[in-house]
Amino acid sequence: MKRLRSAVELEQLRVKILSQRKPEKPCISICGGTGCHAYGCEDVAKALKNEIKRQGLSKQVELKVTGCHGFCERGPLMVLQPRKIFYQRVNPSDASEIIAETVMKGNIIDRLLYIDPVSEERAQSEEDVPFYKRQRRLVFGNNGLIDPTNIEDYLAIGGYSALSQVLFNMQPEEVIEEIKRSGLRGRGGGGFPTGRKWESCRNAPSPDRIRYVICNADEGDPGAYMDRSLLEGNPNSVIEGMIIGAYAVGAHNGYVYVRLEYPLALKNLGMALDQAREYGFLGQNILGSGFDFDIKISRGGGAFICGESTALMASLEGRVGEPRPKHIHTALQGLYGKPTNLNNVETWANVPLIINRGADWYSQIGTEGSKGTKIFSLVGKINNTGLVEVPMGITLREIIYGIGGGIPHGKKFKAIQTGGPSGGCLPESLINLPVDFDRLTEAGSMMGSGGMIVMDEGTCMVDIARYFVRFLTEESCGKCAPCREGLDRMLDILTDITEGKGKGDDIELLEELGGVIKETSLCALGGTAPNPVLSTIRYFRDEYEAHIRERRCPAGVCKELITFNIDAEKCTGCLVCARECPQGAISGRKKELHIIDQEKCIKCGLCRDVCKFDAVITL
Amino acid sequence: MVELIIDGIKTRVSEGTTVLEAASEMGITIPTLCYYPGLSCYGECRVCLVEVVKGDRSSLEASCTLPVDQGQVIRTNSEKVTRARKLIMELLLSSCPNSKTLQDMAANMGINKVRFKIKDRGCILCGRCVRYCKEQMKSGGIGFVGRGTSRRVATAFDVTPEECRNCGGCEWICPVCEKACMADSLIDGLCGGCQNLAPVETCLVCTGCSESVGPQGHSVYK
Repeated sequence: MKRLRSAVELEQLRVKILSQRKPEKPCISICGGTGCHAYGCEDVAKALKNEIKRQGLSKQVELKVTGCHGFCERGPLMVLQPRKIFYQRVNPSDASEIIAETVMKGNIIDRLLYIDPVSEERAQSEEDVPFYKRQRRLVFGNNGLIDPTNIEDYLAIGGYSALSQVLFNMQPEEVIEEIKRSGLRGRGGGGFPTGRKWESCRNAPSPDRIRYVICNADEGDPGAYMDRSLLEGNPNSVIEGMIIGAYAVGAHNGYVYVRLEYPLALKNLGMALDQAREYGFLGQNILGSGFDFDIKISRGGGAFICGESTALMASLEGRVGEPRPKHIHTALQGLYGKPTNLNNVETWANVPLIINRGADWYSQIGTEGSKGTKIFSLVGKINNTGLVEVPMGITLREIIYGIGGGIPHGKKFKAIQTGGPSGGCLPESLINLPVDFDRLTEAGSMMGSGGMIVMDEGTCMVDIARYFVRFLTEESCGKCAPCREGLDRMLDILTDITEGKGKGDDIELLEELGGVIKETSLCALGGTAPNPVLSTIRYFRDEYEAHIRERRCPAGVCKELITFNIDAEKCTGCLVCARECPQGAISGRKKELHIIDQEKCIKCGLCRDVCKFDAVITL
Repeated sequence: MVELIIDGIKTRVSEGTTVLEAASEMGITIPTLCYYPGLSCYGECRVCLVEVVKGDRSSLEASCTLPVDQGQVIRTNSEKVTRARKLIMELLLSSCPNSKTLQDMAANMGINKVRFKIKDRGCILCGRCVRYCKEQMKSGGIGFVGRGTSRRVATAFDVTPEECRNCGGCEWICPVCEKACMADSLIDGLCGGCQNLAPVETCLVCTGCSESVGPQGHSVYK
């Protein structure tokens, strides 16, 4: 491929690509995202490929493995174009039928369609599925349309048009003004206005005129994978955003700092960078505009703290990934002491959208202080696990019940944890809270990078707070005392409480300690780390008190505080629990009530898991 | 020159000065541990916290790494500062209870109980030794190893490196190992051996140390 040397050549290429594509040609796009990979989408793709070959249809049918479609709960997913038929939970054994029936004859296979559990209606296309219907997938929606390893797919849906618009029709200041007007705020967690960050980076003095842009792809929150899915599924949108950002701030070098645990993202991004370079979107004299810019990939070493901007830059420079005080912003003195503009993956992916559709259009979406859409990873005790993109200001209820399909097994919703490990847990009373940066912070949680963990009535809030504090204790870099020692002592206190060794003033001590850690820590990790504890105390104080004063775990989770017993009315005497018990602690004959020997019981909970009659109860 | 207000007193210092330096020029003492003149500022111990007032809001910052700013309003000894400082001191004491320096500082701050589990690590990870070795001795023989609670000061691969000239500087500059606390038993994490020694009831010259002793403190040393 010859490098493109002007905007006209880019448009000519786009016309050529589109003319070679027939929209009516059957195309099967299989989700190749993380969730579907776990479900075995690779085997499905292989089976389909073989089947197409076997039936001699290689020329008539196109097969495409795309990035994540979002509805991970029902994977492996596929969409059959041009009719947009949506199949879910596809097995390799379905391949021949899909090709022979749906692709060739146009017959829909009912068993592969999604059935709405509420209305029991079959959904034929993605738009009919409530999970997708209620979303607004502006950034993430393209994932299902493109093969991330082929830049031409991205060009076919209008890719790099924003870049050519910026390079040839806009001054850098105009670009910054446009982003400022759009109201875009950083999607990595801080929510800092992106346009203002760009502006301070552009205006920062740099005698040798060296500036950097960085894409932060060190996504490490437990349960969050939206950045990963964007990089895996649509790396070119991130690259395009970065080039536009580099042009705006006047940078010629960029880095993408990718987490080492994301091999597919690394592979797809690397491939996309090579192709972008080949087509002339990166390197010297981009599209003949005279602007030079290139991007390097830097792989993280596995430290959560390296998602913090100053620690990330230290790590990029080859030093230990430790944060520094940010009295001087990284926009002024960042990587190698030069003005540096760092944004998160999702923020960068929003940029081409804003340029293409305009700041006025973009700023109509969302709320007063938070514009646009946000991708959340909806996980935990929820029916429809997956990635959802919704406009800012949507209520938690709409996300949990409208999109997420509610709580499995008819259990009661208890809390939702937003913003990753250092976010807070919000109770049911706040379920109508509009989701945006400011409302979440007011409620004692935060937007974070967009993790949403749903918890049902079987979750102990003290135990969950302990889980997150333990994660943060392990991931704290250990540089400053309040975070290192404070979190460690916080974990001690929480562990004591869950083990029934809580003391009378533990709650007050946790509150005091949490407040000090928040106020005095060096970086944002420590500054937000006590959130899970403080928010659970704020909303679920009674549970802490039950643990401390009554030595009781209301949710029946904390092992030291519960005993497993068998409900005489429900037990049918089926012997399943007795057979599964690794300790041989359950006695009883067939069709007679079983009894658990408390001396032998190690509280592993296996009996509760295997009992089909919910007869094993915790007291 | 930059003009700022520290504890209600206006002062002018040159740009690039830290708030800690500006305060000490005025004779205001801010307690420090990881700070040492001549070494780079690190901001580990957070004992030198000050309150930075902005309108009706304020935040706590470590003064050793905080550059002075025009019109800044600083409080070095407000209630917010002392409360946070005391709690951090408790945390440091709980991880290094046998340090005389820490025990003395705790006594001066009026701490009468360490409410956290004692986990004696014998080190507060202030990094003075690491910075001294690297910046003053130009050696870099020691550094930090590990992350979080497993962080410690060590030589590479735990062998004495070639860079080490046995200067002993690391030991000399250490704020917690230069004088080990001689008390053999701790009550509530406090030794009470030095400043905490005088029983309040019989103290002739009251220096306000009573706050630091507390009822359990007396009985041990009677």
